[in-house]
Amino acid sequence: MAEEREPPPLHDAAQTDFTELEDGEDLFVSTVSVIEVRRYDHNDSHSLSAVSLQHKSVCPCDDEDDDDDDQDDLFAEATEEVSLDSPERQPILSDGPSPAITPVTPTVMMNPRVDAAVFDRLMEEDEDDEETPDTFDIQLSVSDPEKVGDGMNAFMVYKVTTKTSLSIFNRDEFTVKRRFSDFLGLHSKLASKYLHIGYIVPPAPEKSIVGMTKVKVGKEDLSSVEFVEKRRSALERYLMRTVKHPALLKDPDLLQFLESSELPRAVSTQALSGAGILRMVNKAADAVNKMTIKMNESDAWFEEKQQQFENLDVQLRKLHASVESLVCHRKELSVNTASFAKSAAMLGNSEDHTALSRALSQLAEVEEKIDQLHQEQAFADFYHFSELLGDYVRLLTAVKGVFDQRMKTWAKWQDAQVMLQRKREAEAKLQYANKPDKLQQAKDEIKEWEGKVQQGERDFEQISKSIRREVGRFEKDRVKDFKLVVLKYLESLVHTQQQLIKYWEAFLPEAKAIA
Amino acid sequence: MITDVSKDGDILTFAITSQKFYSSGGVCVFRTYEDFEWLQQNFFSQENVPGLQGVIFPPLPPKALPSPLNTPSKSLKQLGFLALGHDWQSYCKALEFYLQQVATHPILSKCKALDSFLTKSESPGKQRGRKGILNRLSQAVEGMRKESHRDVDDFFQKERHKNTNRAALSKAATEKILDVVLTEQKLSLACGHFSTCLHLCVNQDDEAAVAFSKICLKLSDIVEAVMRNFEKVANNNISTLGMGLDLEARYEEAEKEMLFRRTCKLIELETVKKNTEKAKANKRDVMEEVQKASEKEFSLISSVAKQEIERFHSSRVTVLRSFLVGWCEKQLDTAKECAKLYSQYLDACKNLFSE
Repeated sequence: MAEEREPPPLHDAAQTDFTELEDGEDLFVSTVSVIEVRRYDHNDSHSLSAVSLQHKSVCPCDDEDDDDDDQDDLFAEATEEVSLDSPERQPILSDGPSPAITPVTPTVMMNPRVDAAVFDRLMEEDEDDEETPDTFDIQLSVSDPEKVGDGMNAFMVYKVTTKTSLSIFNRDEFTVKRRFSDFLGLHSKLASKYLHIGYIVPPAPEKSIVGMTKVKVGKEDLSSVEFVEKRRSALERYLMRTVKHPALLKDPDLLQFLESSELPRAVSTQALSGAGILRMVNKAADAVNKMTIKMNESDAWFEEKQQQFENLDVQLRKLHASVESLVCHRKELSVNTASFAKSAAMLGNSEDHTALSRALSQLAEVEEKIDQLHQEQAFADFYHFSELLGDYVRLLTAVKGVFDQRMKTWAKWQDAQVMLQRKREAEAKLQYANKPDKLQQAKDEIKEWEGKVQQGERDFEQISKSIRREVGRFEKDRVKDFKLVVLKYLESLVHTQQQLIKYWEAFLPEAKAIA
Repeated sequence: MITDVSKDGDILTFAITSQKFYSSGGVCVFRTYEDFEWLQQNFFSQENVPGLQGVIFPPLPPKALPSPLNTPSKSLKQLGFLALGHDWQSYCKALEFYLQQVATHPILSKCKALDSFLTKSESPGKQRGRKGILNRLSQAVEGMRKESHRDVDDFFQKERHKNTNRAALSKAATEKILDVVLTEQKLSLACGHFSTCLHLCVNQDDEAAVAFSKICLKLSDIVEAVMRNFEKVANNNISTLGMGLDLEARYEEAEKEMLFRRTCKLIELETVKKNTEKAKANKRDVMEEVQKASEKEFSLISSVAKQEIERFHSSRVTVLRSFLVGWCEKQLDTAKECAKLYSQYLDACKNLFSE
């Protein structure tokens, strides 16, 4: 579809801009080349065209009315194209600005004032969403894990069912089949788009080589069943958290993930792929950067929040470890109770006295039932607490990542300022040395860097603002999540106790009947 | 006779209060474990009691070494169940049971040593009685071979077989429930740890943190309730089912020892018979006398043993019944209490969280 279309006038204008940005923005050049060179078969662009305001509103250019549709699709394609696996993706991964903002930045050069207006509008829209939470109506479930294939190439496929009344979707209810790497792919796409503008992107469940190998090899034992169940539940929680985020919900990648029946294989999620290794390198680079960037924090709120999150992280990890040991002991109790039940049964069998024999057998049965209860309770403890705590520990990592992004943005802004200063000094020198030809270039460079400084400042303010908002949302969600879990846990406790009472009441007459 | 045992001091002195049936006054004496051993010795070495070897002697719990000489794990190995329970309670209960069994035994209660044990204020443990033959027999190395010796009486053959079974099974069951109780105690500790961790999560930085702290504190209380429940359940297990199974296991061992003694006597008798048959004419009369004495002794032992076995079976059923009923009732009560508490917490939380 891309090949049939003429690049709209905006695109040309943008292209001329691109040539000026030789210094660091290879990004855009490669983006353009991707669009022109690569052809890609995507089935469900209808979901893309149904999408948001976001794309429309960020193209406030002169040719708005005529070329809107074209631009939409073009940029939508750009988004999709770039987010897939490609060698040109690599510079994108290491640089700051993401393809989602690609549509915006070319226009910055031309309409700096419009930019602010655009962002303000975006903010308003998001805040509107927050004011009407009741309209959030989407139910997700991840179910029916199925094993596909055999041996080391086998994988589990999960059914993702969505029920919703939201208008951004085409249907009310739909189901797709996804595998684990699809989820990982979704997360990496969302992260690369939104993390650096300060949105907290919920982290996907972790890879587990040991767990998956057991499943692949075909071991049908308890631990691999548990593993699959644990993963299924984690994937469901991951998706629910992602769609709860108002901005992420509108993302075309997410929509495609939920709706389209065929999804291009996310190869970049494999640990040993080129992209995988690049990720590791980037992580290391980030760690080094973190140590070297000394940020001049002007806003006390951020400092406080960071400290709070550090503390919270420590506390949650401790809690998580504590709950894990609790779960472990419960399982042990279940094993011991079952063993005792068997012992009691044997005693009952070898007993001559009929009533006593019967009572002992009943005792064995009661203990077996109690064992079942213990197992279920362990299950409840596990899912209600351990997983929640684990999720939050990982979420906190994402939150910290967002704070780090802000630092990076700040650093970029500062770097831009330094460069500007240098260019000004260079220009002054040139003026003194009286070289008119180079002077013009210097003046142009100054202008360019002034723009960058402004952009840097705006980016910084933008990310600060969005972090504040995201953190507020995170805190509210955290309280809600924990409340829910505590209630569920209590309910399961009450239920277990009532079952226990029934068992004891049934056993008592048997015990009394021993003559 | 009613007795009451309580423990006092570092060297485990037991205070025994007893009251005779027909008198109104109670007597309280202090005894140590050595005194109990002395008593048991006296039982073993009674003279002029026909068929004494046919008696199933109530089992004395093994000797307990109090800390710091003993670590908890050593105690567990040595005493099994009796090492558990707050402040030696289970151990005391076991000793009390021993005294009750002895006092109600038709043969042993007549022993004078018992009287002086229960009433004399100086402890009798200093005098070492003769070690009865019974002790030595019980520790016989040839035990294994003699144990499987074929019996002349069907009743006894069956009983020996069943007893061996029951002894093994009840020992296994006791060990298993000990495992359960230990795990319950571990769980209780883990809950306590979790509850403490939650308590540490409190901070008042901002509104969200305050709300989160409230949740954490509430959860901490709930987990503490779970912890206490585990403690109670474990204690119930210890004081009823555990004790019952432990007693049963030790009694089966006591019966085993009695049956073994009888079997040894049987072997002795058969040896004498063989020797008598082989004996030369001049010695034959003497041998026949010995044989007759042996036969008489053996039949006395057997008749006492039969009575003892029947008595043992009926009392055993009664004892187990009372322990099982007690266990069930206690666990039921604990479960009801706990269910009520959890329901209260649930309602409170629902209210708290909806505001």
